[in-house]
Amino acid sequence: MGHTQKMRVWRGDAAGGGFVDYDVPVEEGEVVLDAIHRLQATQANDLAVRWNCKAGKCGSCSAEINGKPRLMCMSRLSSYDPDETITVTPMRTFPVIRDLVTDVTFNYEKAREVPSFAPPSDNQGGKFRMNQLDVERSQEFRKCIECFLCQNTCHVVRDHEENKPNFAGPRFLIRYAELDMHPLDTVDRKNTAQEDAGLGYCNITKCCSEVCPENIHITDNGIIPLKERVVDVKYDPVVFIAKKIGLRKDSGRTPVGPAGGGPSPIKHPEKFADS
Amino acid sequence: MTAPTGAHNASHETHDYDVVVIGAGGSGLRAAIAAHESGARTAIVTKSLLGKAHTVMAEGGIAASMGNVWPEDNWQVHFRDTMRGGKMLNNWRMAQLHAQEAPERVWELEEWGALFDRTKDGKISQRDFGGHRYARLAHVGDRTGLEMIRTLQQRAVELGIDVYMECTVTQLLKDGDRIAGTFGYWRETGSFIQLNAPAVIIATGGIGKSFKVTSNSWEYTGDGHALALQAGASLINMEFVQFHPTGMVWPLSVRGLLITESVRGEGGVLRNSDGKRFMFDYITDYFKAETADTEEEADRWYDDHINNRRPPELLPRDEVARAINSEIKAGRGSPHGGVFLDIATRRSAADIHKRLPSMYHQFKELADVDITKDPMEVAPTCHYVMGGVEVDPETQAATVAGLYAVGEASGGMHGSNRLGGNSLSDLIVFGKRAGESAAEYAAKLDRRPAAPAADVANAIAVALKPFDDNGDENAYTVQQELQDVMFSLVGIIRTGAEMEQALAEIEKYKARVKRVTVQGGRAYNPGWHVALDIHNMLTVSEACAKAALERKESRGGHTRDDYPKTDPEWGKINLIVTEENGAISITHKPLPQMPADLAQLFEEAK
Repeated sequence: MGHTQKMRVWRGDAAGGGFVDYDVPVEEGEVVLDAIHRLQATQANDLAVRWNCKAGKCGSCSAEINGKPRLMCMSRLSSYDPDETITVTPMRTFPVIRDLVTDVTFNYEKAREVPSFAPPSDNQGGKFRMNQLDVERSQEFRKCIECFLCQNTCHVVRDHEENKPNFAGPRFLIRYAELDMHPLDTVDRKNTAQEDAGLGYCNITKCCSEVCPENIHITDNGIIPLKERVVDVKYDPVVFIAKKIGLRKDSGRTPVGPAGGGPSPIKHPEKFADS
Repeated sequence: MTAPTGAHNASHETHDYDVVVIGAGGSGLRAAIAAHESGARTAIVTKSLLGKAHTVMAEGGIAASMGNVWPEDNWQVHFRDTMRGGKMLNNWRMAQLHAQEAPERVWELEEWGALFDRTKDGKISQRDFGGHRYARLAHVGDRTGLEMIRTLQQRAVELGIDVYMECTVTQLLKDGDRIAGTFGYWRETGSFIQLNAPAVIIATGGIGKSFKVTSNSWEYTGDGHALALQAGASLINMEFVQFHPTGMVWPLSVRGLLITESVRGEGGVLRNSDGKRFMFDYITDYFKAETADTEEEADRWYDDHINNRRPPELLPRDEVARAINSEIKAGRGSPHGGVFLDIATRRSAADIHKRLPSMYHQFKELADVDITKDPMEVAPTCHYVMGGVEVDPETQAATVAGLYAVGEASGGMHGSNRLGGNSLSDLIVFGKRAGESAAEYAAKLDRRPAAPAADVANAIAVALKPFDDNGDENAYTVQQELQDVMFSLVGIIRTGAEMEQALAEIEKYKARVKRVTVQGGRAYNPGWHVALDIHNMLTVSEACAKAALERKESRGGHTRDDYPKTDPEWGKINLIVTEENGAISITHKPLPQMPADLAQLFEEAK
């Protein structure tokens, strides 16, 4: 029940590139990544592509298929017309390394700017008690497989290189939300989320939620509640007055600034004059 | 601690560390954290991006006798289960340390931000798994491995441990008989990188990519096993390969993809084409006393572990995999050559969604099967290698000074068969031990070892060899043929003749890979990467086949048609693999003697 799949794959590197057309024999039940692998094994041995688990669990094989950000391993060929040409391009928001592989360093640098989880100090030896209902809120965000498709899709940074220094992107805004909702966490990241992670840049278009392969409600359950909490402490006039006259206290959590001072621990190949 | 210095060499960069960890899965990250916290300048080198390691595929949970669900549980019971699951071939001291220290390591993850599912009174919930007497696996739905990797990854980044991502180690460097560092290449640029370090920890995972049907990713090419052998270290238990009973069979694209044992832990049962729960026909004498022999007792067990015995679906993995294999061979299989795994008629749709969300997702997306309505088709898939670098149980030190190994890359802990859930706990228990002992070793040295320049030059030449354009072989083709041969001839059921045939094929592949030529340049070229990895795959395949041919009995993850019985004499022997001048040989080594107080645990409460 196989057929010949017409594929159009972007080939090239930072210096430039273009589309190359291929005919790839495929079998029933296969996914786009299978077609890419067969292409690589038989016609283009040096085709650069990232993948690991091929089961939608590691988030390595992110790309744009017919312009839509997707995991290649979770994109079944049967969802396309057999006569249709499937076009595969690298994620657009990150610099191309080669072919379908992009430099996703941006995400690792943003990760280290999030202030660390900080539990109470007196809970050695399994004495933490948490309610299932309370852990589930943060667990939703911990389902994130870091495929960075949300980062790729987000219009704040897609085609807006200038916003990258000031905006952590949806993946890390839900990391803030996760820590903010974590039953054991003791620090207050609301200021950091607003000032350093650029929470205010997000105008809730929900594109990130749409592309999330884990179906995390990034905007509804993460970013919006986080925005509400920030607004609650920062801008609510009633809260402002209540605080002034001592009727309302802060959460009791310690406010912190961004983490990640010092040289980045994420290493890159050194550039040599002769290479 | 001073920042590592970067030095430009004519052809490659070099950096100095105290401890270099190869691999960024659970064991590598835990080892790096421990080494760093012990004061060592530490680097992690990983073939993939940080956070993508195979640990994310671990689904079911972390085995630790915290006693949160069954207060009767304790380390002695866990130790006993582990040893019996491994058919007593485990290194008893590793199994003991593992059982004793696992709870603390799980609680530590919680202090670093992990959010496990909870019991009603707010403790870490624990689930049932094959071979474990009590519900013992700390878990997060069916994505526990992801939780572990993310927690450790975030911890490592917070601590500022240096990470070399998408960087592959091709050789260990030595100074005389000591480890002196690692040599490898950046995948992004193809440029070379040398990390000088007196201590190196191998945390590279397993060898499953040498088998056609596997739950393992491209990374599982046995790099650490091969690096250690070439550096003069020994491997142990390499004949034991775990075939997980439940891999997907359809569509072909996902053949081998893992279906978590939690499906059975949560009440799922195996049926053949007659609808029969066939596992009751496969209860071996060894497990008879602790296994239910009626469906009624088995079903009562989920709520009452004390007065009922475990369902046979939750026998150790080797037993279940063999049973499924037999049913399929007897013609009682499912349409696509598996058997049926049924959770739909056993648990409510709401429970399945809650307890097994990623299994639901996986089948819905990849196979158009709704597991809340229909059974899954399953068959064994190559999952885990029990064998690995032979290590000291306390320190994880290999037989070469300065070399350590941990996790799946190390051997001994699991004997002839690993229990589900004992892998994630293995990673963190021995990760911590390896990191601490490597840091201690490095701190005590009075002179930093340095690799001879000639060895580095040789490493460069070896790595660049596939670019010589005089060959006619495609590395991908050889890789696929090797996978076919290993799966069909050194797979779940083995015979002497077939393994000899496999070894003959491997010899031919060794000749062929010398003629591999790669297309394209050095920058992010997977063709080149495969051309280098294939050497490791051949080395570990040969080690596995030779050890398997030598062991003339059936035990755990080693089943022979020509020697179907378990032989007590072989139960006293470990097989050790060594390499000299490229030649792999096997020697016998007596099992370490278990002390009397531990041995007594096996006399009681059968």
